[in-house]
Amino acid sequence: MSVANNAGADQAAALPGPGARERLGRAAPYLAVPLLAAVALVAILAQGSSLPTWVTLTVAGLAMGVMLFIMASGLTLVFGLMDVLNFGHGAFITVGAYVGVTVLLWLGPAFAADNVWLNLLAIVPAIAAAMAVAGLGGWFFERSVVAPVYGAHLKQILVTMGALIVTEQLLLAIWGPERIPINRPEALSGAFLVGDAAIERYRVYATVLGLAIFGGMVYVLRRTRVGLLVRAGVENGEMVQAMGYRVRVLFAGVFIVGSALAALGGVMWALYDEVITVHIGQNLMIMVFIVVIIGGLGSVEGCLVGALLVGLMTNYTGFLTPTLSLGSTILLMVVVLMWRPQGLIAVNKGH
Amino acid sequence: MIRWLLSGDVPRQPVLVVVLAAILIGLAFTPFLFPGTRTVDTAARICVFIVLVASYDLLLGYTGIVSFAHTMFFGLGAYGVAIASRNLGAGWDSILIGTAAGTFCAVVLALLIGLFSLRVRAIFFAMVTLAVASAFLILVSQLFAITGGEDGLNYRVPRMLTPAFNLGEFLGQRIDGRMIGYYLVFAVALALFLLLLRIVNSPFGRVLQAIRENDFRAEAIGYRTVFYRTAATCLSAGFAALAGALLAVWLRYTGPDTFLSLDIMIDILLMVVIGGMGTMYGAAIGATLFILAETYLRGVMGWAAEATGAIPVVTDLVHPDRWLLWLGLLFILSVYFFPSGIVGRLRLWRHGR
Repeated sequence: MSVANNAGADQAAALPGPGARERLGRAAPYLAVPLLAAVALVAILAQGSSLPTWVTLTVAGLAMGVMLFIMASGLTLVFGLMDVLNFGHGAFITVGAYVGVTVLLWLGPAFAADNVWLNLLAIVPAIAAAMAVAGLGGWFFERSVVAPVYGAHLKQILVTMGALIVTEQLLLAIWGPERIPINRPEALSGAFLVGDAAIERYRVYATVLGLAIFGGMVYVLRRTRVGLLVRAGVENGEMVQAMGYRVRVLFAGVFIVGSALAALGGVMWALYDEVITVHIGQNLMIMVFIVVIIGGLGSVEGCLVGALLVGLMTNYTGFLTPTLSLGSTILLMVVVLMWRPQGLIAVNKGH
Repeated sequence: MIRWLLSGDVPRQPVLVVVLAAILIGLAFTPFLFPGTRTVDTAARICVFIVLVASYDLLLGYTGIVSFAHTMFFGLGAYGVAIASRNLGAGWDSILIGTAAGTFCAVVLALLIGLFSLRVRAIFFAMVTLAVASAFLILVSQLFAITGGEDGLNYRVPRMLTPAFNLGEFLGQRIDGRMIGYYLVFAVALALFLLLLRIVNSPFGRVLQAIRENDFRAEAIGYRTVFYRTAATCLSAGFAALAGALLAVWLRYTGPDTFLSLDIMIDILLMVVIGGMGTMYGAAIGATLFILAETYLRGVMGWAAEATGAIPVVTDLVHPDRWLLWLGLLFILSVYFFPSGIVGRLRLWRHGR
C-alpha cells in the first residue's frame, strides 16, 4: 500500500490548487482496493495465466470480502462505541452457522428442490433463525459476560476468549465433533459464464447481499437518528451520555445487531464452504481481526475496505503461492499499519 | 542467602511458604519419593510449565499485555532443539545450537511483533499475536520436510540422557539417564525461575508494573513505554523458548499438538489466572495445581461420565472430552471473582480481609 501512497503523492503534486492532496489522501484507502486488484492482474498475467482467471479470483475475493465485512462490522462498531474488544465475537459466527445449517437440514426437501422460490422458503427461515438465536445470545452475552468488565481491556480479552471456548465446547456437546456437510441447492450453485470467465453464482449473490447490507448500514448510520447517536457515541460516548441519551441501551442494541450480523455471515460462509465445523468461528476470527485492524477499529467504511482487501489478497495468493495464504494477509496488515498506524480510515476519538 | 536467591521478594505468608516449600521439595525428590515413569514425567512437565507460565506472567501479570503467541515462542525453542538434533545428530552441541537458534528466532520475532503492534496501541497486540501464532501453526504443519508437519519430529538425545545409561543405585533407585535428564530439567527450570524473579524485582520490573498500573502516567514520568513493553515481550519470548527447548530435550519428541496448539495457550492463561497474575509464585502454584489436575482429574471425569451414563445431557457434559468446557467456565469465573488468584487471596487473608 505504500505504493499507493507514493503514487498519490506524485499525482497530488501534479494537481493544481490546495485541497487536492487532502482529497486524495482521504480517497487513498478506497483506491487501495482497485490498486491491489491491478497489481494482482499484472502478477497473474506475468505468471502465464489468463484474464478470465483473474476475473474469477476477483469475484471470489469480493464475495469473501463482503462476508468478512458482515462478520466484522459488529465487532468494529462495538469497539468504537464502548471500547470493548470482543474476542468472543467468533462464537456468534459459529452459532449462526450451526443454527442455520440445522434449520436448512430440517427443511431439506424445500432446500434441495430445483425451484428458486422453494429454496428461498428454506433459506430465509434459516437465516432468520440463526440471526434470532445469535441476537438473543448477544443480548445474554452483553449482559452476563461483557457488562461486568467495562473499561478493563485485559479482563475483557480474557473473559471473552473464555466465553468463546465455552460456547465452542457447548456446541461440541450438542452437535458432536463431526463435520456437517451442507450442499448448496441448484439455484445457488453453478456459474455464470462471462466471456471465458466462470463466475460462481453464489459468489455474485453473496456480494450483492453484502453490499446491500453495507448500504443499509451506511444509510442507518448517516441518515437516521439512531445512526446519529451511534456515530456520536463512537466519537465521544461520555458527551452523548451527558446530553441525556442512554448509551448503555444503544450499545446493547449495537451488540445484538452485531451478533446477528455475525450469524448471518456464518450462514453465508457455511453455504460458501459447504461444510461446517465447530472451529469456523475461531478460524474466521483471525481474518476478522486482521480486517478490523486494517480498516481502523470503529470505522464501518474502513471495515468494508479492509475486508475487501483481505478477501482479494487471500484469493490471489491462494492461487499464486498457496502456502502463504494467511501469511500474506498478515503481511498486508503490517504494510497498512506502517503506512497508517491507526488503520486505513481512522476514527477520531473525542477524548 | 534465601532472601538473596529470591531477590528480596519473599512469599510473606506462612501458608504460601509451606505450599511453595512443598512444591519445591516434591519436585526436587520426585524420583525418590514417587518413583515411576508417569510421576517423573508429570514432575518434569510441571518444572517446564512453571518456567513457561512465569515467563507469560512477566507479560500478562507484570506488564499488563495479553499475548496469544506464547505457545509460538515455546514451540520455536522446541523446534530449534528438534531440528538441530535431527540434522546434526544426537549430542550436547546440537542441543545447545538448537536452543540458541530457537531462542534467537523467538526474541527477534517478538521484537518485530512488539515494535509494530505496540507502537500503535497495546490493544492491537492481542489480535496481532493471535493472527501471527495461527499463521505460524499453519506454516509448521505445511513445511513437512523441515518440521515433520502434523506428525512432528522424533529425535535422539545424548546417550547420557537415555534409559540405557546407568550409574548404579542410590537410595534404592537406579540412577539412569532419565533421572539425570529429570535433574537437568529441574535445575535449569529452577535457575530460570529465580532469574525471572530477579528480573521482576529489578528496577526494570518496577517500571513494567508502573506501566501496567497506569501507562499514561509512566510515560509522563519519562519512561518510554513502547521500549519497556517491547523489552518485556522479548524477554518473555526468550524464556518461553528456553522452556520449550527444555521440554523438547525431556520428551525427545516435538510436534504441533504438544507445543503450538491454542489449547496449550488456554492452559497457560488458566494457570496464570488461577495462581495469581502479577506474582511469580502464583505461576509456580498455578502450573503445579493445573498439571496435577489435568493428569489425574480426567480419569475422575471419565468415571463421572460412566456413573451418569443414564442421564443424557449430563453424561455428555462430564465426558473427558469436555474438559475444556469446565476449564473455560473456571477461567471466566476466576477472572471475575478471583482476579488475584490463589497467591493474592492468601496474601489478603493474612492482612485480615
